[in-house]
Amino acid sequence: MAAQDTAPRDTLDVGEQALTDMIRVAVPERSLRHDLRAVSIVWRRELIRFRSDRLRAVTALVQPILFLFVLGTGLSRLASRGLPSGVHFETFIYPGVLAMSVLFTAIFSAASIVWDREFGFLAEMMVAPVRRWTIVVGKCLGGATVATFQGIIFLALAGVAHVPYSATLLLTLLGELLLLSFTLTAFGVMMAARIKQIQAFMALTQMVVMPLFFLSGALYPLNGLPTWLTVLTRVDPLTYVVAPMRHAVFSHLSLSPLAARVLSPSITWDGWLVPVGLSLAMVAAMGAVMLAIAIAEFRKTE
Amino acid sequence: MTPAVSVSKLTKKYGEIEAVRGIDFEVDTGETFGFLGPNGAGKSTTIKILCTLADPTSGTARVAGHNVVKERDTVRRNIGLVFQDTTLDSYLTGEQNLRFHAELYGMPKAAFAPRLRQVLEMVGLWDRRGGVVATYSGGMKRRLEIARGLMHAPRVLFLDEPTVGLDPQTRVSIWEYINDLKQREDITIFLTTHYMDEAENCDRIAIIDHGQIVALDTPEALKASVGKDRVQISTADDPAAIRALADEFGLEAGMHEGLVTFSVESGEHFVPRLFASLPVAIRSVSVSRPSLDDVFMSYTGKTIRDAEASAVDRNRMLATRFGRR
Repeated sequence: MAAQDTAPRDTLDVGEQALTDMIRVAVPERSLRHDLRAVSIVWRRELIRFRSDRLRAVTALVQPILFLFVLGTGLSRLASRGLPSGVHFETFIYPGVLAMSVLFTAIFSAASIVWDREFGFLAEMMVAPVRRWTIVVGKCLGGATVATFQGIIFLALAGVAHVPYSATLLLTLLGELLLLSFTLTAFGVMMAARIKQIQAFMALTQMVVMPLFFLSGALYPLNGLPTWLTVLTRVDPLTYVVAPMRHAVFSHLSLSPLAARVLSPSITWDGWLVPVGLSLAMVAAMGAVMLAIAIAEFRKTE
Repeated sequence: MTPAVSVSKLTKKYGEIEAVRGIDFEVDTGETFGFLGPNGAGKSTTIKILCTLADPTSGTARVAGHNVVKERDTVRRNIGLVFQDTTLDSYLTGEQNLRFHAELYGMPKAAFAPRLRQVLEMVGLWDRRGGVVATYSGGMKRRLEIARGLMHAPRVLFLDEPTVGLDPQTRVSIWEYINDLKQREDITIFLTTHYMDEAENCDRIAIIDHGQIVALDTPEALKASVGKDRVQISTADDPAAIRALADEFGLEAGMHEGLVTFSVESGEHFVPRLFASLPVAIRSVSVSRPSLDDVFMSYTGKTIRDAEASAVDRNRMLATRFGRR
């Protein structure tokens, strides 16, 4: 440990002296603290990269804004006949479009893994003396944070869709967005573990993202659908976040219970009502399973 | 003292392809050890195994005294690695790249700032540390990678083709940094190269061809073992010249790099005799002292460029099968 003792003294010297003496660095044994530092730096890197990429933040907002304002306004004339007076179509689709605002960013943030593989940076992480899970978890947290941030911008637009700015509502939506973002990022990372080319990843996610969105009931109520569509909506994980979010929004509007039930029906499994808690727990469980698969994929060596 | 690297009966198969076919060697602590061979000879595969990025099919390898399969993390803590392709995040600054590395390796926080300055000054990038890596030149990126590989003060530094793809001037400067590093740090350097002139910088060299070590010694000893000058001639009729060399002088000549090539004890004394006796018109002559290229040729029967041409296909097969890891 003599080397350790001399190290701080060297660092105080400026110039040649400090350079000629090698600074001893003891890389510590692996510990939980070390693992958490690794998670944290992988996470922070995602944030730094997002900050330097403002274009991505802007472009990711274009699509949900189009849906909410252009499609929402355009369809509202047609749809208003089916809505009780005082309820706007924009309000109805707002929860679904909010989910959409994190959908793209969350899944595409996993593209950075494919990117890192193509540009070699993944190798730098893979050869480090850390457990592989730290890298995967750091990536997921990074993607989830960035996507949630995206969602927060959209949350700020709630008033435009006639959704009240209530603190409890906003916090509920924020929590649900965070959960959704994490699960979606885990899904993206799981796919990115296997896919080696960025083009293939982009094509695959495009193929997955749209069905996820359309089947989630983001644009229509979940009741009274034909059987085939009912089954498909119940399989889509996004459904289990959109329904609770819409439930939260509608419980903050002054509506008759009947109207609320028609517009924001609970998810049912063959007639059985799925409680909001279970619905969110399922999303969390799906996220955890996909995360576990992603970690297992990254543990493999050549 | 335990050797920095010790490898025993190491093999690696990728499906049907045997990339490494049973190699044994040891690298002493403090040594600069070169792995020399054409592309596709098994150099990078060996380095991947030593760096714990690939598991051997059979045999054992120990780095800094630890088994690369069973004590993977301990090995990783003790090695620095500079890959053949850049592995920097070009969106981050030079300093951010090194900070990422330091955090990932769990470096003590107090050691970060002084060590950062030390390694960056060593490679002449201290003033550019705030620049985004995307704005760096190829040589600067490579220097930054070397600095990063040294950040956590590894006991063994692996350099996989540290100068490939760089212009000659930058190559020379990278070697200046590496030689400088040996003066300053208590470190063992293990490198691979397919440039003969660079291998001269090593204390010892292993020549690897088709996944096997064909020679291992100091550059001087290897050259002395060849001991002959190399003569290359261009003639009006090369096949006739080769026959004539065999008939008149009892020399075994072959075609290499488009020239009739053979070895003789004393080249400058032989050339006048050649002009006097060869029945074929000679267009040009070159005589060279034994170089590592000749060493390579004498052990493998081909020049390194010939070997590369034949290895390209094999290499491509590996590359497409395993992608970039």
